[in-house]
Amino acid sequence: MGVLLDVKDLVVRFYTQEGVVYAVNGVSYTLNEGETLGIVGESGSGKSVHVLAMMGLIPQPPGKVERGEVIFEGRDLLKMSQRQLRSIRGDQVAMIFQDPMTSLNPVLKVGTQITEGIRLHKGLSQKAARQRAVKLLDMVGIADAKNRIDDYPHQFSGGMRQRVMIAMGLSCDPKLLIADEPTTALDVTIQAQIIDLVKDLKQELGMAMIWITHDLGVVAGIADTINVMYAGMVMERGPIEQVFSDPANAYTLGLLRSLPRMDKSADQQRLVQIEGAPPDMRVEPVGDPFAPRNPWATERDFEEIPPLRSVDDEHPNHLTRAWYDLQEIRRQEAAEGMA
Amino acid sequence: MSDLMQTKPKVKMGEPLVEVKNLKKYFPITSGVLFQREVGAVKAVDNVTFTITAGETLGLVGESGSGKSTTGRTILQLYEPTDGEVLFEGEDLVTMNSSDLRKKRRRMQMIFQDPYASLNPRMTVGRIVSEPLRIHNVMPNKKEQQEYIESLLERVGLNPYYTNRFPHEFSGGQRQRVGIARALALNPSFIVADEPISALDVSIQAQVVNLLQDLQKEFQLTFLFIAHDLSMIRYICDRVAVMFKGKIVELAGTDELYENPVHPYTRDLLSAVPIPDPDVEKQRRRNQAQPEEYLEETSELVEVAPDHWVSKSKAHLAEMA
Repeated sequence: MGVLLDVKDLVVRFYTQEGVVYAVNGVSYTLNEGETLGIVGESGSGKSVHVLAMMGLIPQPPGKVERGEVIFEGRDLLKMSQRQLRSIRGDQVAMIFQDPMTSLNPVLKVGTQITEGIRLHKGLSQKAARQRAVKLLDMVGIADAKNRIDDYPHQFSGGMRQRVMIAMGLSCDPKLLIADEPTTALDVTIQAQIIDLVKDLKQELGMAMIWITHDLGVVAGIADTINVMYAGMVMERGPIEQVFSDPANAYTLGLLRSLPRMDKSADQQRLVQIEGAPPDMRVEPVGDPFAPRNPWATERDFEEIPPLRSVDDEHPNHLTRAWYDLQEIRRQEAAEGMA
Repeated sequence: MSDLMQTKPKVKMGEPLVEVKNLKKYFPITSGVLFQREVGAVKAVDNVTFTITAGETLGLVGESGSGKSTTGRTILQLYEPTDGEVLFEGEDLVTMNSSDLRKKRRRMQMIFQDPYASLNPRMTVGRIVSEPLRIHNVMPNKKEQQEYIESLLERVGLNPYYTNRFPHEFSGGQRQRVGIARALALNPSFIVADEPISALDVSIQAQVVNLLQDLQKEFQLTFLFIAHDLSMIRYICDRVAVMFKGKIVELAGTDELYENPVHPYTRDLLSAVPIPDPDVEKQRRRNQAQPEEYLEETSELVEVAPDHWVSKSKAHLAEMA
């Protein structure tokens, strides 16, 4: 499968009254056709902002893309005019966001909003566009789509609105679907339904997907590859099973250890907590941004930003940003524990 | 300090501290512009009965709008109940006169979800934490109070010299610690924690949960822990009550509930929780009951196993038979 999206050294800053916010600090990765990439991070990690910047959706000023390239199908999105970007967004790249109520226009019928995009990008007639919209609503599991198409957004529940957003996103057969915390505002049972729906649709339509979330459980079920972000950097990246079973970055390991598991009894063990607090994004990072909270950080981690490197020769696709060797440290700890 | 020390636990560990009996809280739906009239009611809490024993953590779970927060607030009499009883240390808070209720309030506190909205931005942290002391006229000696506040801040993991700082100078996790210190100031025995970690970053949640558990042991606290994060609930709670549309549909010991859920809603809820393990998650099957199955004559709970209560529904009573 070919590379669909190639992000190279993306740097985004915001020039605010309180000073410069170093939001995205050199993000690079590739996404293949048909691949699902899960991007995990806390608030302020840059997980949403770098994607918005890629699509030309951050307000400039105060935001500014300082450098980088975003190659989508051979063309650099960052060099495109707003007009060119608009023809890509909603056609080849679809986006769904956290809050479906604010993404939908409350005074327009749902059908009008879906057909608008289809007619704009695909040049279909009103009638053909409407037929397609009904088919899409049906596909995302909205019962009685033929009649619901004439309802307004407020007549749908939160989960149903998110289904409408997905239908709208899929309306032009995108090659890439970007989902930014699409289930965070939903109840857990509705979240499960939306995730299952998106998984099925992806299987059927074969598009690539970027799923942004703070929930490690959600990515575990949906992603092929995971990027773990912190302080505007990718800290670890790799095949999902590998990153979860043998994390190579102290931040990833810290997150996994601090999470209680619903499928395991508590046994009165203390949660292993990550000490300290998230970094102040108004300070330009000089070293590994997680070093102050990392018990295994070396002196070099405080002084020099480590590159994102392969864990070892056997796992060229498993990358970590660290001067320390976490897997070796853990092997030694395990050996000492045995002795 | 002497005043605070008088409020020693009246209820021994393991005995009922809070008894909620047939609690109802309806909010009226009104219509009309000039002459408002009631046209119906939202049954936010609809005939809820349970007991919290001293020293335990009871989890209250359910989705948004299920009535879990309203239940917590109605127990503390922040909302006036429509009907029912709330016995605290054996006395009914609902029928109690206001001066007695005021005294009881010292023993019951609340920790809120949003540490950004629940702290007054114009008050220093020292004033925020000492406010309950001033309201209840305990520890009038300024020096003594100052020392006490500093020791509280230190106990919740904050620098004691932060008393003159304002909430905006703190991160979300630190603000939640301020909220916890305030809740502890009057040496309460019962705390309603309403989604205390859901607004916090993932890397901060474990810190706050560990702190709450340490404080529980140290101060012999009893918690009603309201949350929608079912993984954290399993970790933190001794028993769990599942709410749906204002009613409790299942109540059991934590491991029993998670391993042998009986009510179709509990089963759906548990099967929907994502687990941070790709090997597990990719093979999981989700339950999908019909919402109509959830509520069928659900006001009465029947005991299906020792201390495992499930609301009566024809469907699974038949299934169990």
